[in-house]
Amino acid sequence: MTSQEVRLCGLLLREHFGDVVEKVGTHLLKSGAQNLRTIIHETGISLDLVKKSLCVLVQHGACVFSPGRKGRGSPTEYVASCDRILRILRYPRYIYTAKTLYGDTGELIIEELLQRGHMTLSNTVKTVADRLTQNMEEGHSMDYSEVSSAFSKLVETHFLQRCPPPAGAGSKDSTTEATNATPDASAAPVSTAQPTPESFPDCYKMPHVTLVGRGKRQLSTEDGEEQRNAKKARLAIETHGDEGIYWQVNLERFHLHFRDQTIISAVANKLDQTSSEIVRTMLRMSEVTTSPAATCTKPLSANEIFRSLPSGYNIPRPILDQYLTLLVDDPMEFVGKAGESGGGMFVVNLDRALANLARATLESVVQERFGSRSARIFRLLLRKRHLEQKQVEDFAMIPAKEAKEMLYTLLSQNLVQLQEIPKTADFAPSRTFYLYTVNQLPTARMLLQNCYKTVANLIERRLFESKESKRLLEKSQRIEAILASLQASGAEPEQLTEVEEMITAPEKQQLDALRLHINKLDSAENQVDETIFLLESYINSTASSTS
Amino acid sequence: MAGKGRGVAAFTFNIEALGIGRGSMPEARVGPSPLFPNTDFKPVPLKAGEDEDYMLALKQEMRGAMQRLPHNIKFESNKSEVERYTEKYLKYSQMEDEQWIPDWNLFPKELMPQKKKPHAKPGTKRKTVKLSRKETEDMLNKLDELSKKDDGNPEKSDDEAEKKKGNADEEEDVEEEEYDEEDIEEENDYIESYFDNGEDFAAGSDDNMDGEATY
Repeated sequence: MTSQEVRLCGLLLREHFGDVVEKVGTHLLKSGAQNLRTIIHETGISLDLVKKSLCVLVQHGACVFSPGRKGRGSPTEYVASCDRILRILRYPRYIYTAKTLYGDTGELIIEELLQRGHMTLSNTVKTVADRLTQNMEEGHSMDYSEVSSAFSKLVETHFLQRCPPPAGAGSKDSTTEATNATPDASAAPVSTAQPTPESFPDCYKMPHVTLVGRGKRQLSTEDGEEQRNAKKARLAIETHGDEGIYWQVNLERFHLHFRDQTIISAVANKLDQTSSEIVRTMLRMSEVTTSPAATCTKPLSANEIFRSLPSGYNIPRPILDQYLTLLVDDPMEFVGKAGESGGGMFVVNLDRALANLARATLESVVQERFGSRSARIFRLLLRKRHLEQKQVEDFAMIPAKEAKEMLYTLLSQNLVQLQEIPKTADFAPSRTFYLYTVNQLPTARMLLQNCYKTVANLIERRLFESKESKRLLEKSQRIEAILASLQASGAEPEQLTEVEEMITAPEKQQLDALRLHINKLDSAENQVDETIFLLESYINSTASSTS
Repeated sequence: MAGKGRGVAAFTFNIEALGIGRGSMPEARVGPSPLFPNTDFKPVPLKAGEDEDYMLALKQEMRGAMQRLPHNIKFESNKSEVERYTEKYLKYSQMEDEQWIPDWNLFPKELMPQKKKPHAKPGTKRKTVKLSRKETEDMLNKLDELSKKDDGNPEKSDDEAEKKKGNADEEEDVEEEEYDEEDIEEENDYIESYFDNGEDFAAGSDDNMDGEATY
């Protein structure tokens, strides 16, 4: 991982888990696998706090532990996962997607699970039902069974999965067990590879639970307290038959969904709504049959696609054929032709689509930062691979002096690379070709790092803004609290306005400006993450196809 | 190359050949580039819409919620001595801080918070009791052996030597039993083995020596 990634991880950890976890987390990221004693020694944090923060990191999947590498009995080692921590940035998108797919219930389930790392089914259902009841009208409440059916739908579509069973949990336990076990069983823990959740057969199996009841409304006075105590007491006795089975959000599945959505919306933008509907149908049909790492979907015949089109779309067969030919001929190569049988076999080129979308992102970055003429040079180089400076000037049809300047700017920003090809062995400049070229993959990597840096800068700016007007924020918070309590006790409207006026007009103006800034910064973080997602998927797809 | 210097062109070839003419070279840089340079192109505005607004709200809500969860750990700061009047209101929002008890099956055992006092005492007690029992046994064994040695020492017949062997076997049996016990009790492993080994080994070797002497 790079320093930019570590910096961003640190900021994210601090915002969500506090200063201590940030310190432990960044230390782990910087120094790789370490055991408890070393962490305590090198961070200088007390044992108790380090233990707690490691628990938090493990709970949220941001850190994995394994028995030590130096053979049996060596202390447990902890490794923080940078990728997982960076995913915190995408939490709003996961939740929003769950909302669009499964409504409010799905939204709250995903939200709760993301907030707490992992939970049991019964716990999740209870919390979500309570929260939904809270927002309903008086006298209504949410049935547990409804929530749990939403939960099972999420599991069926693989958006949720079971946490892998604790294979190496409890180093002491495993070592004592290993001594009694057969030799090959004791040799197994030596392999350091972390098992993926998918490798367990029960990954998407719903447990049998007995859950009856409805969400409870939380009351905000003293008897709320009592009720909670009563609830606590009851919780201690109640069991639902799914203890020890924890669920987590399957982020990979969400990423596949995002990828599909990106492709669909790209088609809609490039061609039209109807063709995007066709691509959507193709993707939906192959959702189950295509493996997550596949470079393209399983071939589908035109007939199959025709039959599976949503009934609302009245696309006659000849029109569909025309659309498919159009999609195949499109330079973005979203759809490819795999054969002629069955009226033509078609695939969605997932990896090609990602590569082309990443390329378009690079182009638009150059365009927005250096102007459309620089973008022209950039595109030219992308298409022609290698060009001499003179050729660039000619092909781009830009005056030589300006073209040179743009080219050098791009070169100094590392968006364009220079390749020397000497005619003789002495590299004499007069007998050397200087070829300019664009390497898409390294450039995408660099851009990704820039994105991480951008988000980190955005977060820091936001922290700075809120620190600057901390006093003002606290004041408004207090006044809001007072207002709420006054309203609850049924105060008169004059009293309320009096309290409201404690914030003067200029202060109010300042507050509004601050809110606007913070909202803008937050929103920017969300949107940079979309670019991050695209670039990451592109880079990952190239990694999987070469290996 | 180095000899040329001083105003003479540093290149051994015609620069014009590269397409770099007079005045087409970029200006020389003096000093580092500014920290916040003027941008020639203004950034495009952010996307705005219902989706974005909702995600923004989700993000801020998430941040607030995570800070209230027990997963958020802060350094213990010294609280201000005087409780401010308004803090009473702020407290309400933090009331929900429920205790977080992780399922220890999923976590390494070493991360469990330690309860020092109640754990340590019974352990040590048990140890001492067992040790003393062990010790008495050992002492008894030792005494037995010593008495047997005394018996056999002055003048030995072959019969007696054989007897000795038998005794040694018995002793070995005893030894084995002891080892078994050790396997069961791990905690005071170290001390026991220390006692047993040292003594038995010495006794055994003594016996052997004696036996050889008579043969």
